[in-house]
Amino acid sequence: MNARDDVLARVRRALADVPDDERPQDVPVDRRYSAGGTPPAGPPDLVQLLAERLTDYGASVRPVTSDEVAAAVAQAVSARGAHSVVVPRGFPPQWQAALAAERVLTDEPRLPVEQLDRIGGVVTTVATAIAATGTLVLDCGPGQGRRALTLVPDYHLCVVRAEQIVASVPEALARLAPVRPLTFISGPSATSDIELDRVEGVHGPRTLQVLVISDPPNPLGTPLES
Amino acid sequence: MNDTTFLGMPAFPSAAKSALDNAQLRRNLAHATDTIRGKRAHAVGELDDWEELREAGRAIKERTLRHLDRYLIQVEERVTAAGGHVHWARDAEEARRIVIDLVQATGEREVVKVKSMATQEIGLNEALADAGISAYETDLAELIVQLGQDHPSHILVPAIHRNRAEIRDIFVRAMGDYGTAAPAGLSDDPHALAEAARRHLREKFLRAKVAVSGANFLVAETGTAVVVESEGNGRMCLTLPDTLISVVGIEKVVPTWRDLEVFLQLLPRSSTGERMNPYTSTWTGTAADDGPSTFHLVLLDAGRTDTLADPIGRQALNCIRCSACLNVCPVYERAGGHAYGSVYPGPIGAILTPQLRGTTSAVDRSLPYASTLCGACYEVCPVKINIPEVLVHLRARVVDDSRRRRIPTPEKLAMSAARWVLSHPSRLAAVQRAGSAAGRLAGRRGRISRLPGPLSAWTETRDAPAPPTETFRAWWRRNR
Repeated sequence: MNARDDVLARVRRALADVPDDERPQDVPVDRRYSAGGTPPAGPPDLVQLLAERLTDYGASVRPVTSDEVAAAVAQAVSARGAHSVVVPRGFPPQWQAALAAERVLTDEPRLPVEQLDRIGGVVTTVATAIAATGTLVLDCGPGQGRRALTLVPDYHLCVVRAEQIVASVPEALARLAPVRPLTFISGPSATSDIELDRVEGVHGPRTLQVLVISDPPNPLGTPLES
Repeated sequence: MNDTTFLGMPAFPSAAKSALDNAQLRRNLAHATDTIRGKRAHAVGELDDWEELREAGRAIKERTLRHLDRYLIQVEERVTAAGGHVHWARDAEEARRIVIDLVQATGEREVVKVKSMATQEIGLNEALADAGISAYETDLAELIVQLGQDHPSHILVPAIHRNRAEIRDIFVRAMGDYGTAAPAGLSDDPHALAEAARRHLREKFLRAKVAVSGANFLVAETGTAVVVESEGNGRMCLTLPDTLISVVGIEKVVPTWRDLEVFLQLLPRSSTGERMNPYTSTWTGTAADDGPSTFHLVLLDAGRTDTLADPIGRQALNCIRCSACLNVCPVYERAGGHAYGSVYPGPIGAILTPQLRGTTSAVDRSLPYASTLCGACYEVCPVKINIPEVLVHLRARVVDDSRRRRIPTPEKLAMSAARWVLSHPSRLAAVQRAGSAAGRLAGRRGRISRLPGPLSAWTETRDAPAPPTETFRAWWRRNR
């Protein structure tokens, strides 16, 4: 018997006590846990909570309005002293408008990993963000690029729109497509391996900055144009 | 015997005794476990629905295990459909062989590794070395263990027995032998140590062509593998090489994508005491233009089906390797991880190891007794493994095994003698009279600190009370 059939046969023998007609759904899973997380819904609170939780784990967060994004991106990159940044395809042009063109690299053709190692940083969007845990989720979609781009450079600037923020882990997973490679990022890389105390900054980007776009409510009740 | 790293370990009591003599070890452990207990309590306290999450986690694992065959087939289908290759390993030897063959087929002589309990368990690094393949551990604690030529002593933080000064010394001494040396004048500041690890490993990440990992979860419904980590070493290994080989125990399956919403809340809060660990990666087979172009999944049995066959013991397979039970265990905190003679130390190790490996060796037979049954482990377990229940169950199994052995143990002789004495009142009275006579001679301040012969096993670690100078029967006759 090959290993596959052997292992499966062993599993079935081991489960001799399980009735033949039992189906997986006959084993009850009680999902009374909260699907929405602790905080009440509503973007202003979620923005605050996300910012607080990201900051708590060593990321820096700046709330901006739609009008301020381009300037804030350029300012953050300059303040970082990054000589060049990679900006993946699909990153909104209006958000990188204030970046000096000679500082911007696209990943087309793909940058060799040695070059990524020398580059000053990366600027991306997100797929979704989880307020309760201070988590950014990237799914390699537009403006996010392949996974190596947000990993090898030492600086990651991430732009989040308020409406992308969900309260809880369950809400985020429901929005994500598992067929895409996903990366959940909660603060800059860190380790607890020395005396179980948290130290920020190991192999991934050691500096994580987040711009959260949150526009004040429109008194007329219609969405603002960005 | 699946485990190669700890071959020939003495039974838990003698290993624990020598560990207790190591004051540095106990200080390091007490400091680290105290820190993490506080962090975990805080992270868990933030969630109002923690108990509901625990119950859901337990129930999902129960559902999975009771229908494991169907979920494994589903994993195979989905991973294959997504461009991955699935291999099955009956035991550690077969798993090692599969991985070595896969690495050799790439023509590479080195691999980078993500921290993985399964590959530790099967002794993969040693087997790769024997095949002429260098395996570089990239998790900081695993790196400390590897550079120090040491054994892991904790599930989450294998180098928990080392403090910062010891880590600095290991880095200074050994990093140069494996690649980029430690910077001159390296201090024992944790930031400086993390920086040294970053520099040492970066060249390895950038040139690596093959990576070996485990996985925290495998989603049957989608064929998605999940690695939960902190440092980014996992992302490096999962993203940069051309070939990824993941060795995953068959119990790591969860049925649906949605089920992750439970475990991704339970694991980080239980493990590092964080709301969420810095990085979680998920991948489904291979993706065009992103990450490894070849993905191999090795599904590992190695004693898991034996564990599954025991309806009480099988709950040990619920384990998501958070290590919360180690951090609250009074026995672990004092004895340390090495005394358990396995890559799985602490309370979970005491129930998992004897089931995975069987109870044939002295250390494996002693593990179910490496506990006070205080129950703290059960209380913190995020998937509600009733560790005390399984410990007691395994103790019974060890006793049943020894009943079948021909040469009686001193304990068995004592029990037979007790049965003879206790089965007749006049025998008991005679023994009690003899006992009080002995008590008048032997007992100093009501205690006996050394019993003769095989009975000395009892007084090695504790005093025996001296028998009273007058038996109850005698007192009753006098005062009636």
